Amino acid sequence: MIHTCENGAISVQTLHTTMRFGAFTALDDVSIDIPAGTFHALLGENGAGKSTLVKCMMGFYNATSGELLVKGREARMTDPKVAQKLGLGMVYQHFTLVPSLTGAENLVISRADTPGLIDWRRETRALDAFMTKMPFHVPLDQPVSRLAAGEKQKLEIIKQLYLGNRFLILDEPTSVLTPAEADEVLGHVRALTQAGEITVLMITHKFREVSAFADDVSILRRGKYVGGGSVADMSIEDMSRAMMGEAPVISTRSRRDTVKQPLLTMNGIKARDRTGLKPIEIDDVTLHSGEILGIAGISGNGQMELMEILTGQRRMEQGDIRVNGAQYGATRAEARAHAIRYLPEEPLRNACAPRMSVAENIAFRMFDAGKDGKTAFWNDSGAIARNAATLIKAFNVKTSSPAARIASLSGGNVQRAVLGRELTGDVKALIVSNPCFGLDFAAVSSIRDRLVEARNQGTAILLISEDLDEIMELSDRILVMSEGRIAYETPIATANVEQIGQYMAGHH
Amino acid sequence: MSITFPQKATGSPVAAQLVARIALRAEAVLIPVGALLAGFVAFSLFLLFLGKSPVEFFALVWKGGFSSAFSWQNTLSRVAPLVLAALCVALPARLGLVVIGGEGAIVLGGLAAAVTGTLVVGLPSAMGMVLMAVAAMCLGGLWIGAIGALRIKRGVNETIASLLMAYIAIALLNHFVEGPFRDPASLNKPSTAPIETALQVGDMPFVAAHWGVLAGIVACLLCWVLIERTTIGFAARIAGDNVRAAQIQGLPVSKLVIGFTALGGACAGLGGYFEVAAVHGSANASLIAGYGYTGILVAFLARHNPLVIIPVAVLLAGFEASGGLIQRRMDLPDATVLVFEGMVFIIILLSEALYGRLRIFNPGLRGAS
Repeated sequence: MIHTCENGAISVQTLHTTMRFGAFTALDDVSIDIPAGTFHALLGENGAGKSTLVKCMMGFYNATSGELLVKGREARMTDPKVAQKLGLGMVYQHFTLVPSLTGAENLVISRADTPGLIDWRRETRALDAFMTKMPFHVPLDQPVSRLAAGEKQKLEIIKQLYLGNRFLILDEPTSVLTPAEADEVLGHVRALTQAGEITVLMITHKFREVSAFADDVSILRRGKYVGGGSVADMSIEDMSRAMMGEAPVISTRSRRDTVKQPLLTMNGIKARDRTGLKPIEIDDVTLHSGEILGIAGISGNGQMELMEILTGQRRMEQGDIRVNGAQYGATRAEARAHAIRYLPEEPLRNACAPRMSVAENIAFRMFDAGKDGKTAFWNDSGAIARNAATLIKAFNVKTSSPAARIASLSGGNVQRAVLGRELTGDVKALIVSNPCFGLDFAAVSSIRDRLVEARNQGTAILLISEDLDEIMELSDRILVMSEGRIAYETPIATANVEQIGQYMAGHH
Repeated sequence: MSITFPQKATGSPVAAQLVARIALRAEAVLIPVGALLAGFVAFSLFLLFLGKSPVEFFALVWKGGFSSAFSWQNTLSRVAPLVLAALCVALPARLGLVVIGGEGAIVLGGLAAAVTGTLVVGLPSAMGMVLMAVAAMCLGGLWIGAIGALRIKRGVNETIASLLMAYIAIALLNHFVEGPFRDPASLNKPSTAPIETALQVGDMPFVAAHWGVLAGIVACLLCWVLIERTTIGFAARIAGDNVRAAQIQGLPVSKLVIGFTALGGACAGLGGYFEVAAVHGSANASLIAGYGYTGILVAFLARHNPLVIIPVAVLLAGFEASGGLIQRRMDLPDATVLVFEGMVFIIILLSEALYGRLRIFNPGLRGAS
């Protein structure tokens, strides 16, 4: 029986781990050595097998073959509880804290042995004593919902330490943080590893974080271990080559000079945010034809609400949206007349009818378009089928059949199907939100190509994205949204990531 | 991170399409049929527990519901209100609304028809009949349409609102029948004045059933055409499956919701009209016969498909028609049929969780994500 080591980091090794799902091999003979007290980065594209590997480590999956050594002794991860007992803990990409409870309450209820009746005075004393040993602090007396994202992430890490876990798996821990917050959190994590308190395995795809914080790196591609070693010995080029493979898909996006004319303007818009407590205020934004206007910002700063205002899902208290000078209320007739299309984030959830077929889903824009711009009364199933055949081919949607439910498609194929639907015909403006969220590298690349292509054809694109790299790569002009307002504007030529990051974090 | 499986090699795309289409159709048929059979089995166990023979029960259902011209008449007389009540569930269901208060629209439709019947005396009888039916449909449509409006404008839960409004409707019927519109001649059973013979709806030729059965079938056909063959129906299906997607497409979600609920209410109101004009001859407490509630079961068993509603309604009408026979022969209470319906309904609701989950019906189903 191996006991949880209350103090000190523990080592973990995977030996020849293979995981098969039916005929599909998600992990192929992966061996990774993570010595105690090191900060290990796990790099790879989406679909490379990173999540599968950590799920095997945590006991969510039973590896088809291979061994796992914890502190040098074989451990059989049959169950997530075993992992917990051995001191392995995981911090998920999205917060798992209860927002309405305080930090202290979250910590106490997360324990496996929480008594039915909690003596809060004693617990608080114990927590205070525990917190004095922590290298960083988070207010424990406030509801988690009031904490900033960085503090929540720190609390997630504190929770793992509180639970006695000494090997932490961090799954893209900085995806919801500002660059400054990310550096702070990772700095603390690094300090903890250097002090020998914990061992860390971090899933990431940000090279900067790997080179700045990690000791070692392992790179997976298509389920195989394709490289790794000490970070000090590897350049970013080495890592990127291993991650993308020998023939990386290089974007051949060329940007044509386009005529830029004002198309859509937002003036003096006021609305309530999702909670109804904070205002959303957009004073003056103009979207031009032939440009990609990127709206950067950290999740939850009003971008979702902005999208809802533009799609007519959220009521404006003041202000107006004009397209070509005419009032725009996002009705179907107006959207059709002005050729304005939308691509919301998570299209399966926000832009598809999951139980309807692929063919029907790609018909959403055209099913009622009759001759002479009138609304048709009868469904034209022939036209729907022809439309489906054309778009499935043109946008390379992989589906078993046009009659299959769209929910049965993979994320990239759903995104391409929806993009095909929205980019058909003469599109004057496309309003996009996080188009590449959760997609693999190839899908991301093809979707960005389509966006730039549409821009080159003269389409006005409003790109709302939480991925700053995406904004920097695609935009002609960048706006930064913070606290429900546009905080900063810059053309791409003078865009500076650090400065944008500061505006995103609300430091100005 | 998602794990995508390599597509299984299937012959030609046409064959794959056909397989996928057949699989989806099979799912839509086999799951409710399986649920119905499971309901039969569960109810049989219940009968065995009571010491009664399930075989005898189903034999009596056959005898009482379907075996002779007389039993068919008994069954068919129940089909019209059941079909129309089921449409009152199925149409809103296309927009994702669970409306269970069709009983209210039937009752008020019947009342409106009976009251209109006393007002149209002197008009040509055909015109009088049309006016009665229109009045019934309008009131039923307003009643259920209001529930749709409450839902979309005020976020009121339509299921609870429709149920509670059914009680209000019944209370209104009782109030008017026992008060302002009471026929002084109706002594034991307070009723409105009986409608004139010329305004009564008779039986169809060759079939031992009134014209309401045909009207119900035609209503089902029209609703099916509306849902499956028109752009309005297509838009309603989008909104019913994912309202956010419909909003982003700029579809008039509020109008669709109010329109479909009102149309459903109009169907149920028409059912009330036939109950008055073809069966009871006046509005009274006999209108509160529970068709609105059995209609919920019919619609769910039919997966809200108007065409399937017709056979399912005939089946359940047969069960209800045999209630009396079962009571006499098996010494079981009249409510036994309700126990049966309740069991089938629970199993139907449970079976909803199976759609899209069974791999045999979903060849492209992802194994893990």
